[in-house]
Amino acid sequence: MGNVIVITSGKGGVGKTTTTANIGTALALHGKRVVLIDADIGLRNLDVVMGLENRIVYDLVDVVEGVCRAKQAIIRDKRFEGLFLLPAAQTRDKSAVSPEQMQQLCQDLREQFDYVLIDCPAGIEQGFKNAIAGADRAIVVTVPEVSAVRDADRIIGLLAANEMAEPVLVINRIRMDMVRRGDMMNIDDTIDILGIDLLGVVPDDEKIVVSTNKGEPVVMVQDSLAGQAFSNIARRLMGEDIPVFNLETEETFIDKLRKFFGKNGKKRA
Amino acid sequence: MFDLLKFLRKESSLSKNIAKERLKLVLIHDRANISPHFLDAIREDIIKVISNYMEIEDGELDIHLTNLPKEGDGFTSALVANIPIRRMKNIGKNKG
Repeated sequence: MGNVIVITSGKGGVGKTTTTANIGTALALHGKRVVLIDADIGLRNLDVVMGLENRIVYDLVDVVEGVCRAKQAIIRDKRFEGLFLLPAAQTRDKSAVSPEQMQQLCQDLREQFDYVLIDCPAGIEQGFKNAIAGADRAIVVTVPEVSAVRDADRIIGLLAANEMAEPVLVINRIRMDMVRRGDMMNIDDTIDILGIDLLGVVPDDEKIVVSTNKGEPVVMVQDSLAGQAFSNIARRLMGEDIPVFNLETEETFIDKLRKFFGKNGKKRA
Repeated sequence: MFDLLKFLRKESSLSKNIAKERLKLVLIHDRANISPHFLDAIREDIIKVISNYMEIEDGELDIHLTNLPKEGDGFTSALVANIPIRRMKNIGKNKG
């Protein structure tokens, strides 16, 4: 029996889809059978982020309406053994699916996969309710900004109201240069406010944009810090004990001296 | 000493600390609003306690969360209760 995990955030644009794609790919690279479900009906994007947009025949709505079987709609990612995508419908809206149908679908899929990851749409309406309906647990994605943290808090409240077991937090797009200056909330500030356990921290990384341009998950990019972070998150989900890497080393006196003399040492992360 | 003062001033004006303070306040309200039962539950309990000492108009009891200006600048959250009293009970009288 596989795990069904929903990736949610409340606010749009904080990196739910990127997180879903990369955690999923990393899990597959670790030998797991993974299916990613795009629950953002009408605004599907997981397909383009994964680079699978040209392979869609059927979609999530076709499956729940019985137009086709799940097996026919699920796309196998040929680059990664064990990785699959169930795309959202693009020409329908959130009301095309009900929470009960999602529950049934997740129940069916968990028998065939180790992990079912659901990419939740932004917002707290029907699409959110559908996306969480069949999930056992939730990953809440946020960025260290007031608007995103506020929305994450609301989502955590709604998950609790829906009796979802303790959600875990991914802090995305953190910029250590700004954290060091005191111009961005750090990991502790964010956890302190939201009061849930940390699953991982992903540094802001230009390579995400580049890899999304190409439709390749960033976990494939060797020297990407964000890719490394997503890979660590996947391993923590699998139960490994991987410390959150210390992105936050304070600027030491020696660093300041170095900077002063124009010899800015290697960026640490 | 001067450095310490400068440090303290800098600490409170760091934009991340401003963000954190603002968030904490706004979340007090957001969290209270998540459950419509929250204020009702407080209301019930307050009525129970106050009724030991006085008779109140429970129909006109008004309890809400609000922002109050803090000394200096900024705001703090406050639970404001307006409780009309019908009659004091004859206990705890000052027999001085």
